[in-house]
Amino acid sequence: MPVLSNAEGPPMLEVRGLHVSVVDTEILKGVDLSLNAGEVHAIMGPNGSGKSTLANIIAGRPGYIVTAGEVLYEGKNLLSLTPDARARAGVFLALQYPVELPGIRNREFLRTALDALRESRGEEAVPIRDFNKMLDAKAKELDLDPDMMKRNVNEGFSGGEKKRNEILQLSVLDPKLALLDETDSGLDIDALKVVAKGVNAFRGPGKAILLVTHYQRILDYITPDLVHVLIDGRIVRSGGRELALELESRGYDWLREEAPAEASA
Amino acid sequence: MAQAVETYEQYETDFRKLQEQRAGKEPQWLTDLRDSGFERFLQFRFPVERKGNEGWKYTDVRPIARGSFDYPFDRAEVSASALAARLPFDSGFIRIALVDGHFAPELSTGLDAPGIVVAPLSEAVRSQPQLVEAHLGKYAQVNHDSFVGVNTAMHSDGAFIHAAQAVKTPVHVVYLTSDRGNPVTFPRALVVASALNELTLVESYISLGDQNHFTDAVTEITLEDGATVDHYRLLLENPNAFHVGHVRVNQGRDTNYANLSYETGGGLVRVDTDVLFDDTGSSAALRGLYVTSGDQHIDNLVTIDHAKPHNTSRLYYKGILDGSSKAVFGGTVFVRPGADKTDAYQEDKNLLLSREAEVDSKPALEIYADDVKCGHGATAGAIAEDALFYMQSRGIDPEQAMLFLVRGFASEILDGVKLAALRTWLDERTTLALPRFGERAG
Repeated sequence: MPVLSNAEGPPMLEVRGLHVSVVDTEILKGVDLSLNAGEVHAIMGPNGSGKSTLANIIAGRPGYIVTAGEVLYEGKNLLSLTPDARARAGVFLALQYPVELPGIRNREFLRTALDALRESRGEEAVPIRDFNKMLDAKAKELDLDPDMMKRNVNEGFSGGEKKRNEILQLSVLDPKLALLDETDSGLDIDALKVVAKGVNAFRGPGKAILLVTHYQRILDYITPDLVHVLIDGRIVRSGGRELALELESRGYDWLREEAPAEASA
Repeated sequence: MAQAVETYEQYETDFRKLQEQRAGKEPQWLTDLRDSGFERFLQFRFPVERKGNEGWKYTDVRPIARGSFDYPFDRAEVSASALAARLPFDSGFIRIALVDGHFAPELSTGLDAPGIVVAPLSEAVRSQPQLVEAHLGKYAQVNHDSFVGVNTAMHSDGAFIHAAQAVKTPVHVVYLTSDRGNPVTFPRALVVASALNELTLVESYISLGDQNHFTDAVTEITLEDGATVDHYRLLLENPNAFHVGHVRVNQGRDTNYANLSYETGGGLVRVDTDVLFDDTGSSAALRGLYVTSGDQHIDNLVTIDHAKPHNTSRLYYKGILDGSSKAVFGGTVFVRPGADKTDAYQEDKNLLLSREAEVDSKPALEIYADDVKCGHGATAGAIAEDALFYMQSRGIDPEQAMLFLVRGFASEILDGVKLAALRTWLDERTTLALPRFGERAG
């Protein structure tokens, strides 16, 4: 098992024995995960394995019930915080299906969000002109038409535009922990490269990324420090980049037989 | 004071007094019109029956019928600054103001603008007798219902607008009710948009006090061939006020009528908006936004009569309901026999912010022609949990997120306001009207 952490203090994210249900169905059946600042971990797994649930529960999405275990963020209990408090603490979720917000313009939405984050850190609001300049520059880097900033959030955006808009938000809000929930799904190769470029620009010391994906393709552009395989609510194997390639050639079935007890990050 | 039964005595006493005061001062045709209006009022009575009374099924007007109100034979003094503070969007407009139903010249401005006649109705009856006689009471007829009847009989004054040339300056008609006693007022407007001309009309109904009062308003608008009218009707009265309004629009050939009915005020409200396509080649775009909280009750009944072929109507109302408030939307599109190539769509969407709020939405189509394109829809729902989470996940607290979503919901209607200062003001006002947002609104 590669050990990459050289950070001092607690890991940025620590998931311990996490069990999560939706209504009466248990989705996560004991997940352990430790993610340090500076690291990128990929969570891979077949459909229905609980990948998105893991990302959503960390971000605080309603509809999930934690039946056991805990999630620590910088050593503190994250599950007791509201979703907005988590965001202000530095957690960001790029949604698998970004939500359309009718009547709310992208520019105003993002500026309000940034102001809320800055205010919670005791920082002054960014002047509107500076914000607009910064937003337009970042939009351009992600191949998004600056006119889209005047449009309602995600309304009438193509699938690829919605995903790039999520990465734009990541770039503007500059969190510490980024949870990317299948941000690569549905992207063509050019859009994938643009998204990967945005994620790599974010990557760095003090930042951690949990990249949930169905395909290893994005890992050609975003090199993970660790790959975890989630099957039926448990992490059955963790390994380096080569594990993703093995999954691509062999599929998931060979791992289904692995005893959950043997797998731990 | 409320009575246990409907009461007409005070109206009769006041009307007799008015008859005496007006004797010999108004032309005979107007006296006759007023008399027949009062006759109809006593004949129809207030529509209080709770059974078999389809048009008033969801709105109980017994509090109005049993209320005791003071008919203002004169008006209160109102300072210009009090008015400006309440309606800060009309800088540069032509303004005609009525206080307690009486013309208030000191609050009016620009009435001498060229190309347009904006005058108190009482004056227009003398200065433009033929025009007023030809139109007053022709679209809102006294036999429509008791509210139109009694308004016709008892209105002290009103606004007369005749756009004889295209006028860029919007015309603002302000109906103020003062804080003296419990007034009943009968605001009246007659708007004649002459051929090929354009007019922007804003009507604002406001209360200066927070006491119970009753407004029974009638607006008649006629568009002669080729005319365009942009109409904004702002109902901003206090939450204890009773308000029944009738807007009746008559469209000639190749005309365009747009209306925004913006309603945040009034405790018990009913607004009837009726559009008649009396010729071909015209369009009507009727939008509405009602915002209710507490125990407000706002009822809109919109009727579009496609009496002739080749006309297009778009009806789009939205409601935001909080507290234990109630809204009613009734929309009826009639397509008469032979009204082919009618293109009509109506929709009503509601956002319910509390479990106790309630909406009854009834869009209806009655189609008696074959070659038409018609549709309708109605929805009511709570704030989308997904949207709320999405905003929270970006660091925005739930209250701010709700504020955003409510403003976003309203913006679809308010984005259509062409007067920039009015649009901004209405945008702010919409969330201010909802007490839950407290000081964060605006």
